[in-house]
Amino acid sequence: MEKHQVSLGQLYISFLKIGGLTFGGGLAMLPMLQREVIGKHRWVSEEELLDIYAIGQCTPGIIAINTASMIGYRKRGILGSIVATLGEITTSVVLITLLATVLNQVEDNVLVQQAFGGIRVAVCVLIAQAIISLSKKSIIDLPTFILCCLTVLATVFFEISPILCIVVGILFGLSAQNLKRRKTR
Amino acid sequence: MIFLQLFYEFFKIGLFSIGGGLATLPFLYRLAQNHPQWLTPQNIADMIAISESTPGPIGINMATYAGFQAAGPLGGLIATLGEVAPSIIIMCIIGRFLSQFDKNQFVKDAFYGLRAVVIGLIIYAGSKVFLVALFAERTLRYKEAVLFIILFALAMKFRKIHPLIWIVLAAILGILLQLPS
Repeated sequence: MEKHQVSLGQLYISFLKIGGLTFGGGLAMLPMLQREVIGKHRWVSEEELLDIYAIGQCTPGIIAINTASMIGYRKRGILGSIVATLGEITTSVVLITLLATVLNQVEDNVLVQQAFGGIRVAVCVLIAQAIISLSKKSIIDLPTFILCCLTVLATVFFEISPILCIVVGILFGLSAQNLKRRKTR
Repeated sequence: MIFLQLFYEFFKIGLFSIGGGLATLPFLYRLAQNHPQWLTPQNIADMIAISESTPGPIGINMATYAGFQAAGPLGGLIATLGEVAPSIIIMCIIGRFLSQFDKNQFVKDAFYGLRAVVIGLIIYAGSKVFLVALFAERTLRYKEAVLFIILFALAMKFRKIHPLIWIVLAAILGILLQLPS
């Protein structure tokens, strides 16, 4: 841990700002994160932040939460990890609770129903867009393409559990890459 | 005890969804299947729109909303805490023992297969959203389908436009076209 102490209050406030001012999580949080964590406080270096972000992407859980937990841990140990995470989720919990309360009261309104009829179409557009852009980095050759198709078949038609799919994906990745290396050797 | 159950279910979601907010979707659909009284596929479609148009990580917004639908404000809080608990535990372990985690060869190899599966899972979850939005009892809703094609073409052309703009535009069009058709 660093010599100069970061107060838990400071950690909380910084991640409250990061959570409250980024729309969409994931990549969208990077600029805000850089400003708070590097620009203002110099808590971590630029490279360290990118490493932490990379770790956040390849570990279970929401990327934004992983990043907050990791920075909190590096600065103030386990307590820091908890405080930074609580800061990151505060806005979501408060805002969504308020919104859900209001929405549940107006859901029978015809205009609201019509608006949501349109909104659901927009959600389809956003999901289609996300799938296309994510595919570019993930479906890189024939085996990954086949694996992706098999996952769709298994879940859509046979109701196989997503957890099982994840485990199979990890095992496939480990064995396929090992085989590849053995062949080239 | 619904709160314990909620915590447990969302702890599992936090533990197994790798790769960000949308990756939690297939698990939420599973949840809706197993606990229909907690949330419906329609709830999930609406929840994505709300999560995309409010600040905060999408996965967290969705957890709060799902927990709220299941058991009110406290449910929202408990579900969210359940979802972030694995992150805190795992990050503390990695921070203590494996600071070069992302450069580990095993991790890189695993991700070669894992990424493809995650895309497949998002397509699965996406198909459920399409079913709610564009179909009524397995017959295509024409107005919605045409609107989808137009919005999708626009969104692919103007990629920089924030999701919130498309959601607001679609809400207005929904009222003008008197959806759902």
